[in-house]
Amino acid sequence: MNDLLNVLLEGSADPATSSGYEEHPPRMGFFTDTSLCIGCKACEVACKEWNQVPEDGLKWTGNSHDNTGGLGADSWRHVAFVEQRVQIGDREPNFQRAPAAGGEAKDGFRWLMASDVCKHCTHAACLDVCPTGAIFRTEFGTVVVQADICNGCGYCVPACPYGVLDKREDDGRIFKCTLCYDRLGVGQEPACAKACPTDSIQFGELDELRVRAAGRVDQLQDAGVVEARLYGESPDDGVGGDGAFFLLLDEPEVYGLPPDPIVTTRDLPRMWRNVGLAAATLLAGAAASFVGSRR
Amino acid sequence: MSDAKVTRDGLEGTRPGREARLWSQGAELDDSGDAPNSVRVGWGAGQRRQRRRNDGEFSSYYGEPIINPPVWGERDIAGYLFAGGLAGASSILAAGGDLSRRPRLARRCKLCAAGALGVSLVALVHDLGRPERFVNMLRTFKPTSPMSIGSWLLAVYGPLNAAALLSDVFRRAPRAGRTASVAAGALGAGVASYTGALIANTAVPAWHGGHRELPFLFVASAASAAAGFALIAAPAAESDPARRLAVLGATSEIIAEQVMERRLGMVAETLHQGKAGRRLKTAKALTVLGALGAATLASRSRLAASLSGAALLTGSALTRFGLFEAGMSSARDPKYTVEPQRERLAAQAVPDPQA
Repeated sequence: MNDLLNVLLEGSADPATSSGYEEHPPRMGFFTDTSLCIGCKACEVACKEWNQVPEDGLKWTGNSHDNTGGLGADSWRHVAFVEQRVQIGDREPNFQRAPAAGGEAKDGFRWLMASDVCKHCTHAACLDVCPTGAIFRTEFGTVVVQADICNGCGYCVPACPYGVLDKREDDGRIFKCTLCYDRLGVGQEPACAKACPTDSIQFGELDELRVRAAGRVDQLQDAGVVEARLYGESPDDGVGGDGAFFLLLDEPEVYGLPPDPIVTTRDLPRMWRNVGLAAATLLAGAAASFVGSRR
Repeated sequence: MSDAKVTRDGLEGTRPGREARLWSQGAELDDSGDAPNSVRVGWGAGQRRQRRRNDGEFSSYYGEPIINPPVWGERDIAGYLFAGGLAGASSILAAGGDLSRRPRLARRCKLCAAGALGVSLVALVHDLGRPERFVNMLRTFKPTSPMSIGSWLLAVYGPLNAAALLSDVFRRAPRAGRTASVAAGALGAGVASYTGALIANTAVPAWHGGHRELPFLFVASAASAAAGFALIAAPAAESDPARRLAVLGATSEIIAEQVMERRLGMVAETLHQGKAGRRLKTAKALTVLGALGAATLASRSRLAASLSGAALLTGSALTRFGLFEAGMSSARDPKYTVEPQRERLAAQAVPDPQA
């Protein structure tokens, strides 16, 4: 059983092949370069329009300009807004404060904006745990929920280490980003990438995006932005690398991303072994309770 | 600050200090001589629950959870964890009763197993977002999904359980009934134990962190629940095995929980706080009392046996509802996701000679 599990869980860096596609297009994904994001939310709007994602409450969160809150059944793109009061030396902040009389202005401020999305993991926990087969791997290596199969068991919701999937309450089923599977099929790029005015969201072949991203990090670091780092691009991370990865300007948790996500099924072989051991222990304990007990 | 102005004639004024000075940790400052520690780092945004990571604390995005908390209903799913365990372990007691010729113990445990399984199935289907599609659970067989394996387990265990009960009640086909009863007992062990993997196979910190211990904790809790029911329902002359199983189950449950708490590290505080803390504390007290009662007075007094049994049953239910709540609260607070992951990264990193 563990051998089977390893085959099912490990897969390879090429998830479409390990999911049984003999011939398939290259793996497609997103590179979201947050250093270019201007927080316009065109991606959120384009996604909602194209995918007919319903409105999910018009509410003010008080969290900067973010009134979306986070990814869920009705938000497949989510633009995070982080306001940081940081001293930034003599570099000019976006907003300057008048220097105190006689004093030096040391107060600074910067925006971090980032458009979050389903990561389309190489080892996708949601896909592993889905008991109905509603969640499947496409020929593009992306992960999609089939709405006509999903029975709303909700197992994928807490399985996702990024908090992407959620249940649409008035519908009962689970929804998430499809990486515009319908558009990909006819050679179109996903709606969010199409709408992004700054090319913060870049769509393309994952291999090419990784090269482009590495170049961009070098470029930023050479320009002095040493905190620029890639998130989710490494095939060696806990989910085998993300199909949608990011360039961040601060720690992942600042943007609401887990610093070291791990696909929960990595530990499943040990869990199954312990389930077997526990069941055997229970049977042995019960047998011991019967053997030699009084009448 | 710059006093530069962009005019029709170009840039006027001076822009002092435009050499890039950086705002982040570890910034290699240019030769202006500013000490790196004058550079502040890593604020998460906003006012609420913002703490600085480089002070040894974590930062978060407005305190929003990182993972999406489970959408499972507490009554349905925590209730199933309890009822499924009770059913599975009751089938084992029933099989033991059949094999050791304790017919009244066997029949009552079969009734309990069938009832608890019925409640479980209703709860499981009710919790689905699309209950009418429950049969999609048997569309695939996926060892990567404990829920899929569990569905198949219940699909085989349920009919065996029913066959064993019907054969016993209507006194038909005793040999087949006994075979069904033994098979249901064997599968019952799986039913009682797989739910540990069911909730551990998620990103919920308090559940996943306990993935090694939860199956053991759950079978122990199931054993004490089934023994508790048998203490109430079976005549004293036939319930000696139940009394022993009660003590065994309760002891193992306490040990398994201690081991799990140690493993959970800082996440273990979710087992002690709030609703989860109250439930688990009461559960522990009831389980210990019930086991003590089962070990001492239950063989002599009908009333003591019933009280011990009720304490064990309630204790087991509270254990499941407590662990369910602990998982929910660990999912809602981002620090239980971030801090263990940070610790893991720090442990992997090569020690920094400057640190």
